[in-house]
Amino acid sequence: MANVLVCIKRVPDSSSELVLTDDGQSVDARHVGYTVSPHEECAVELAVQIAAATGGSATVLTLGPAEALEQLRDAIAVGCSAAVLIEADADRYGASDVADAIADLVQSHEAQGKPYDLVLLGNDAADTGDFQVGVRLGYALDRPVVTGMSTVELSADTFVARGDGLDGTRVFEVAAPAVVTIMEGGVTPRYPSIPGRMRAKRTAVETVTPIRKPTGSGRVRLKLPPVQPSSVQILGEGPTAAPAVVDLLMELGVLSR
Amino acid sequence: MAAVPPTAQVVVVGAGIVGNSLCWHLANLGWTDIVQLDKGPLPNPGGSTGHASNFIFTVDHSRENADITADSVRQYQELGVFTRSGGIEVARTEERMEELRRRMSSSRAWGIESRILSPAEVAELVPFLDPSVIVGGFYTPEVGVVDSLRAGTIMRERAQDKGALTVVPNTEVTGMIVHNGAIEGVRTAQGDIRAGTVVIACGVWSPQVARMAGARIPLTPAVHQMISVGPIAVLAEQPGEISFPIVRDMDTFCYERQHGSDMEVGSYAHRAILCEPEDIPTIEQAKLSPTELPFTVEDFDPQLEQALELMPEILGDTKAEIRYAINGLLSLTVDGFPILGETPEVKGLWSCAAVWIKEGPGTGRAVAELMTRGWSDIDISHSDIARFYGHHRTREQVRARTSESFIKTYGIVHPSEQYLSARELRLSPMNTAEKELGAVFFEIAGWERPHWYASNEKLLGDYGDAVMPREHEWDSRWWSTIINAEHLAMRERAAMVDLTAFSIFDVAGPKAMEAVQRIIVAQADVPVGRVIYTPALDDHGGLRADLTVMRLTNDRYRVVTGGAHGMADKKWFADHLPADGRAQLTDLTSAFTTIGLWGPRAIDVLGSLTEDDISKQGLRFGTCREIDVGNLSVLASRISYVGEFGWELYVPTEYGAALWQRLYEAGQPHGLVPAGIGVYGTTGRIEKGYRAYGAELDSERTLFDVGMERKKLKDADFIGRAAYEEQAKAVPQTVLCSLTVDDHTSRSGVKRYMLGGEPVLASDGSLLTDGHGRHPYVTSAGSAPSLGAHVLMAFLPPEQAQLGTRLAVSYMEELFPVTVAATDATPLFDPENARIRG
Repeated sequence: MANVLVCIKRVPDSSSELVLTDDGQSVDARHVGYTVSPHEECAVELAVQIAAATGGSATVLTLGPAEALEQLRDAIAVGCSAAVLIEADADRYGASDVADAIADLVQSHEAQGKPYDLVLLGNDAADTGDFQVGVRLGYALDRPVVTGMSTVELSADTFVARGDGLDGTRVFEVAAPAVVTIMEGGVTPRYPSIPGRMRAKRTAVETVTPIRKPTGSGRVRLKLPPVQPSSVQILGEGPTAAPAVVDLLMELGVLSR
Repeated sequence: MAAVPPTAQVVVVGAGIVGNSLCWHLANLGWTDIVQLDKGPLPNPGGSTGHASNFIFTVDHSRENADITADSVRQYQELGVFTRSGGIEVARTEERMEELRRRMSSSRAWGIESRILSPAEVAELVPFLDPSVIVGGFYTPEVGVVDSLRAGTIMRERAQDKGALTVVPNTEVTGMIVHNGAIEGVRTAQGDIRAGTVVIACGVWSPQVARMAGARIPLTPAVHQMISVGPIAVLAEQPGEISFPIVRDMDTFCYERQHGSDMEVGSYAHRAILCEPEDIPTIEQAKLSPTELPFTVEDFDPQLEQALELMPEILGDTKAEIRYAINGLLSLTVDGFPILGETPEVKGLWSCAAVWIKEGPGTGRAVAELMTRGWSDIDISHSDIARFYGHHRTREQVRARTSESFIKTYGIVHPSEQYLSARELRLSPMNTAEKELGAVFFEIAGWERPHWYASNEKLLGDYGDAVMPREHEWDSRWWSTIINAEHLAMRERAAMVDLTAFSIFDVAGPKAMEAVQRIIVAQADVPVGRVIYTPALDDHGGLRADLTVMRLTNDRYRVVTGGAHGMADKKWFADHLPADGRAQLTDLTSAFTTIGLWGPRAIDVLGSLTEDDISKQGLRFGTCREIDVGNLSVLASRISYVGEFGWELYVPTEYGAALWQRLYEAGQPHGLVPAGIGVYGTTGRIEKGYRAYGAELDSERTLFDVGMERKKLKDADFIGRAAYEEQAKAVPQTVLCSLTVDDHTSRSGVKRYMLGGEPVLASDGSLLTDGHGRHPYVTSAGSAPSLGAHVLMAFLPPEQAQLGTRLAVSYMEELFPVTVAATDATPLFDPENARIRG
């Protein structure tokens, strides 16, 4: 049995042209809404799968504003059974602040008799992209940490994590309790079902206030990269274009021969 | 990809269902050089068409909507993109079942096959629906789904094949070229196009594009939430896109529509989420498309629960996932009707906006017809952009009314239901006095009009059952027996009516007579001081307006018409004035207020206030003259819409309160009562068989259809004359009749009173059809207290239009016997018009 804590972050959807707020401190998500990164969607999926496979539990956690309840409920809707909101202004939190806050929560839950065998995180946050929280959390909790993994399974008392390496697949076996950060690609995250959404609405979310003051990341302001010119190649028109479309889909790996 | 051409005969902005349909119909009607622009790519440029749920329910209480939808279905079928699935509106409450029975009325009236189903019958057609949740359903087999994007592509291609259309996608309109109040072209990011006609058909973006020309298209983008759930095994194992009827869960404002292996659940129940046109993302900023905004799950959660109740087996399946969820943008308007026609602000600039998938092709055809020949086969006057007054064009008004009306999409809306928002806007000068009299106000065109006066409740004791009480709550909602008491008091003594809501405009100048002569059917070359009651026709001989005209001086005519249709009438007159400017139109609606004073004692009331000769010889019927009412100078016009001797009294607005007060006080010894529009618009009118524009009269009707043909035609030419003369030679196809209800008793023993819109059938309940292929329906209904009868008006086939013919009216799925009481404009009350003559 494995009790898994999976950490997510509410971020603006960045699949289209980004718009910054006037003060340059955040992304204006008015047109696109909020989401979590694909890495975290896979981490949630893995947490739910491990909990189901081992008869354990999957708890989702975020540090952010009250609005981040939306992302917590999304995770409950796809199978997490409990949720924790560390209510804080995430923009004032640097990577070590976030790691400390999560570590405090993990220790506090452990003291209450709710220990976590595994903490999953996304490989890096979709907005700040600093790749640090997982490693810092491992240190803060004094647990083994593996980064950039695609899958995790529990085998006896050991977590087996697999991820792409330069020359093939990297396989790590880490003793529980452990911290693992997830890269997208190993599992396909599910969509919520209607009963799942109903459960998400009913499930109580634990809200906690961080016990330490953040030291911050020292962000000055956000700047958009120069717009990359997009080029359009017209493959043809009408039925005669079909073979070119098929070739392209194969090249992209969408179709296989 | 086509480049932007320098000139065009017409530019159509927008390549959604409406723009595409319009291009095809323009090409089909002979336009040869059409340029269609869209800022997005084809075939889905990113507007509302691209995310529509694409289903079509054909029954609507509005004839205009139902006819446009029926034409759209025919076109979708001809294009090969229509799949018939059937559709069921289900009721969870008995109140809703009554509404479904009303829908049966509309369905019969428009000749659409529908039937009421028991819960078990619903479950037979939709096996995954839980019948224990519902009390019944309303099934329309011809309901179906369409591929609106494919339809648009085919229509564009057909126009291109004719060599009439150049399509330029990915090209944004950046400005409009307007000169002297007329459109001269369109500016785009790729260059200017010179064109004398431009149509804005770009849905939620239309307000902004219209603004570039200084015109207003008052719609607001609003969110409609939709999710798609699947795969669902029972759906996946069926072939094709749709195999089960679409279900509208009316009481939860929700629909469930199969789409392949998925079930789409859409909602009209959440709070109205409006969006400002400027806040729509660009194509680059949007996650999916500019009109598919991020889903706000908290708004939808309550709906999910209700959907789950209705279809627990399939929606409760944990393997069925919510794979797509959007806040889709669509267009809403102040009154729920589209915005069609030439803008009043800019000549040659047309609007074709706020149109739904179910109305797209029919609307495209109707607007193309209007643009080409000035009239459309289907009357679309409820959607005329010229209907708006200034306040209708403001964002605040649009926001207030659409927020209130959004949930009416699936609501149970009483035909007389009043809006509660944005009231107290246009107040007549008598408003304070009316409030003191306990006026119950209804709104028309922003005006607060007394519908009846609570202070007249004391009259009820005088008349007993003659006030024709209605025992059923629905029949008496937005109604009062006091209306009938006011009516009887008017017929017995006298009544005064606030008519401030009239639209009034003058046509003046050296060519005023020629101008008016050309527009109206009646003789305009009359002596000064004559009042002309007249229709106006379109080129096709269809009824365009119904109004009165006073010749005030040799070169000044004052036109008076109803508030609801006033702005459209004004545009019709303005559009047909001489090009040389020698007749000018001035809107005087706000300059004058009008009080109607009628009844056998009216002459005693006014006579006590004036020394002028207002006797029947002194101020003859059909004439008008300035008279002194004490120190008020009043234009008295001796006409009547209620069938009594009396006058419409016009004074500049600021004198209105004084005139009202003097008449009221002078009237007390004579038993004068204030009467509301309930009398003026319904009881008084219907007893006299007077036709009302929008009810009996519209551009699909001829003067012969409505029994208003002229005894003698004037020598002068007028718009529609040639068509009228052709119509005169034809055999009548339909006859406007008045009918009386013989027995109101329903099966339950409760007496029921029709409110309008109900089908008129043969006594055995079989369908009647007139020579135009239409089925008779009640165009107006109301109490006729002086006759002790409930009177209906309806167009009947000539065979049935015989005095004494016994027929039936279907109301709430029961037949009530009726008898034809008039087969022309002969009044049921005082047929000799002796009372008006005095």
